[in-house]
Amino acid sequence: MTVTASASAARPPVQRWLAIWALALIAVLVVFLLQDRMPWAVNYPTEAVVPVADWISALMRWVKSNFSWLTRSITAVLGVPLDFALNLLAKNFKIGHGAEAFALPRLSWVGVCAAAYLAGRAAGGWKLGVLVGGCFAYIALFGQWTSAMLTLGLISIAVPFCIVTGLFVGIWAWRKPWAERLIISPALDLMQTIPTFAYLIPMLLLFGNSPVSAMIATAIFATPPMVRATMLGLARVPSEIDDFSEMAGCTARQKLWRVLLPSARPTLMVGVNQVIMLALNMVIIASMIGAGGLGYDVLLALRALKVGEAMEAGLAIVALAIALDRLSQAIAHNHAQGQIYQAASPDFWRRYPNLTLAVAILAATTLLSLSVPAFAAVPKAITFTTAPLWKAAVSWVTINFFDTIEAFRVALILNVLNPVRAFCEGFPWLGAVFLLGLAGYQLSGLRLAFLVAALTAFCAITGLWEKTMATVYLCGLSAFISCLIGIPIGLMASRSDRFEKTVTPIIDTLQVLPSFCFIIPVVMLFRVGDVTAMIATVAFAVVPAIRYTNHGIRQVPPALIEAAKVSGCTPRQTFFRVQLPLALPEIMLGVNQTILMALAMIIICAMVGTRDLGQEVFIALSKADSGRGIVAGLAIAFIGIVADRLFSAWTAKARARLG
Amino acid sequence: MTEATESQAVGVPKDARPIKLACRNVWKLFGSNAADFIRQRDGKASPADIAAAGLVGAVRAVDLEIRQGEIFIIMGLSGSGKSTLVRCMSRLVEPTHGKVEFEGKDLLKISDAALIELRRHRMGMVFQNFALLPHLNVLDNIAFPLSIQGQDRPTREKRAQEVIELVGLRGREHFYPRELSGGQQQRVGIARSLATKPEIWFLDEPFSALDPLIRREMQDELMRLQTMLHKTIVFITHDFDEAIRLADRIAIMKDGEVIQIGTPEELVVNPATDYVAEFTRDVDRAKVISARSLMRACDGSDHGGTVAPDAKIASFSASIVSAGKPFAVVNGTGKPIGEVTPQAVIDLLAGIEHKRAGA
Repeated sequence: MTVTASASAARPPVQRWLAIWALALIAVLVVFLLQDRMPWAVNYPTEAVVPVADWISALMRWVKSNFSWLTRSITAVLGVPLDFALNLLAKNFKIGHGAEAFALPRLSWVGVCAAAYLAGRAAGGWKLGVLVGGCFAYIALFGQWTSAMLTLGLISIAVPFCIVTGLFVGIWAWRKPWAERLIISPALDLMQTIPTFAYLIPMLLLFGNSPVSAMIATAIFATPPMVRATMLGLARVPSEIDDFSEMAGCTARQKLWRVLLPSARPTLMVGVNQVIMLALNMVIIASMIGAGGLGYDVLLALRALKVGEAMEAGLAIVALAIALDRLSQAIAHNHAQGQIYQAASPDFWRRYPNLTLAVAILAATTLLSLSVPAFAAVPKAITFTTAPLWKAAVSWVTINFFDTIEAFRVALILNVLNPVRAFCEGFPWLGAVFLLGLAGYQLSGLRLAFLVAALTAFCAITGLWEKTMATVYLCGLSAFISCLIGIPIGLMASRSDRFEKTVTPIIDTLQVLPSFCFIIPVVMLFRVGDVTAMIATVAFAVVPAIRYTNHGIRQVPPALIEAAKVSGCTPRQTFFRVQLPLALPEIMLGVNQTILMALAMIIICAMVGTRDLGQEVFIALSKADSGRGIVAGLAIAFIGIVADRLFSAWTAKARARLG
Repeated sequence: MTEATESQAVGVPKDARPIKLACRNVWKLFGSNAADFIRQRDGKASPADIAAAGLVGAVRAVDLEIRQGEIFIIMGLSGSGKSTLVRCMSRLVEPTHGKVEFEGKDLLKISDAALIELRRHRMGMVFQNFALLPHLNVLDNIAFPLSIQGQDRPTREKRAQEVIELVGLRGREHFYPRELSGGQQQRVGIARSLATKPEIWFLDEPFSALDPLIRREMQDELMRLQTMLHKTIVFITHDFDEAIRLADRIAIMKDGEVIQIGTPEELVVNPATDYVAEFTRDVDRAKVISARSLMRACDGSDHGGTVAPDAKIASFSASIVSAGKPFAVVNGTGKPIGEVTPQAVIDLLAGIEHKRAGA
């Protein structure tokens, strides 16, 4: 306590900071005005660009040519379980060749739907069963079965892999604090801010265009939350339980596996839920490198601008996402509640009635599908297609509201997007490095200042400054609008239980949707371009702003509110002078999350024709140019890290002030 | 050592009981280079020295001896270091300096394997917040320490069933911790710590998380168990009334130091410092003080009755006051060694004697 107090006393007080900032801004303005005299300070000189991209490309080429035996064997080994899962769920098992070929059928769709219902019932009662079973039935009836099962098959192999890896890395981090500090934490931060696209490029290069490389990319992308959950869960085990295990005479291994990990199970299950949702998100995106499945359907439809088909596949993704999320959340919730006493029965089927029934139904329907084709594939006669409907809706909207939408779009571009863009792209890179470094120094100290300045400078010296600023402009604007919409909604939700009850399911659903899904409806109305990207990003990134604001206001201790009321505060005064200041750190955390989510989404919006770093990655992906893609990916990650570090430091400062 | 041999210890006079566990100048300092700091000073340091070195003294220069079969209570307010001290005794916390002797052998020098063996078979511990494993039911929780030792299922479940009977939890074997009340959870904690038949039993504020009525019930339960099992008990509490009710001897801790060790009576009659006196002020003295402390030499007057030297005043105060005559204090052979006058008892009850104690 005394240490922080003396440190802050040594720093210049607030008024001096005001003066410093004014001077700094003037200095940057001067640089901007003098750009004819010193253009190198505004636009990074092209001849001084450090060819990091070429170095990385060379390195990757070297790896590829020298380690192809390794990548090939990895592909072969991982291909076995993956093929099995894909055959089981989506394709059929083919045994033998040519004329003697004999096909074992995949699991019948009827059986899978029934099993989904039973799983839901076992985890959360018949209501959840109906929801989960219904989602699967929806997928079947809307003709997306095979694609959805390809996606599910990939997830079902990637997720256990993520869980096991995450668990072991988490344990390692927990055992060795130095490893956590020096290796794991920075790696996790980087992994979670590198855009999803950037993962695909090295995978594509090393493992080719195949489901295996999609699976590896998915596994890498979806592991961090499991690592974090393991670290958090182990750290949260009450110290008494730790002491107990010592006193019971546990060896280190017994302690970990029989006491600590089981005690941490609720937290671990939350991690599993996040892994599943991230894996789904990534599998959709990995369709670009051969994952196939629903993501590929969306991608094909979008490329051909078949909005109806894209919408249909998108809705199937939504159904799959909701089913997986609710199911895994219910299981996590059950674990958090702890177990309750059930009369033990010696019979397996009595102890696990749902599991037994599910296996029996799967076996029976799959056997039946040998003779009854309706069980093998969803009969055409009972499937619906809504594609023409969506198409008609879009045409109707375009015909009737074209002028309005167009006017809105043009006005937005002319009055908001273009000026901000011009401002950002003209911003001197040296000024940005300087100002961000200054902010880092004020908020935390020299270390943060150096980190922020170095990361910002990286974007410039790799020759990506203009694209970086294009990203910053679109991301910043979207995040700003998200906050403008989200924070008031969060405030309203915090003040009215009824409003909260309507908002919560909506944002819960928005949160589980893979980012791809947000693009589809917007692209239908606004076609490609920055406006589409911005609107999709706002819809995607608004969730944390709402959630954290609501939570921040609601978590203000009731005793403080009572104290305010007793002191004679009006509701207005209570809100503005007690609740809001106390909730501010939490709201800032929400803003931080919003920025990071907006960044992730903006990159994916490269698909709808933005001109930023995302496009750079996207182009690199299509050209399999690993150096270019990775450098652009790093630049994106660095934008995220800079924003995150500055906001975290600011939040920490605000928290410290509140005590 | 089995429970049967322990029970013999009761017949032996208290002071002759062997020393089970002893702390010799035990220190626990937090901060960098704490070990060097205290070694260089030969195990001596004043609070000012410690503060000057930027260290925090959680346990300072603790010397105490716990005898076999006694209930030894370590009492102190929160932050006094009592929890750290008990964790030093079981090496859950590694002391910075000093010796912890278990039956004369220095615990700090034994190997990790020996320590595990010791904890598995000879030490038991009960925790303030129960520390039950949430994923195991009552039976499995209690059998857990046995399963860690590698006992097979029938053996360990038989033993678990025995202790379940002992603590009165029959019928709840298959319940999970969250389905039990706080008192029941702590019964599970007690049963679990007894399952391995430990010789020394650490109870770290075992009843502090319970409601007052349940707490009293559990204290009675503990006394009942102790009359059957005769464990060596190290009991931590911040509640002086609880300490008085249960203790054979009490060590009072403040700021990491033990400031007085004695029977409840000794603490009440002869508090070492004002701090101890402050604790003992509101104690019902008649229940703590025995005839021995109140007696004076016989002056030849008539006696209205006889009492044993160890009899608490409360046990005969009504009869002595109504008799209106002094009672003779007689030792085991029936020989009078002094007398207690009604006036002395009345003074005690009225709190007049208090001045002497405070002096």
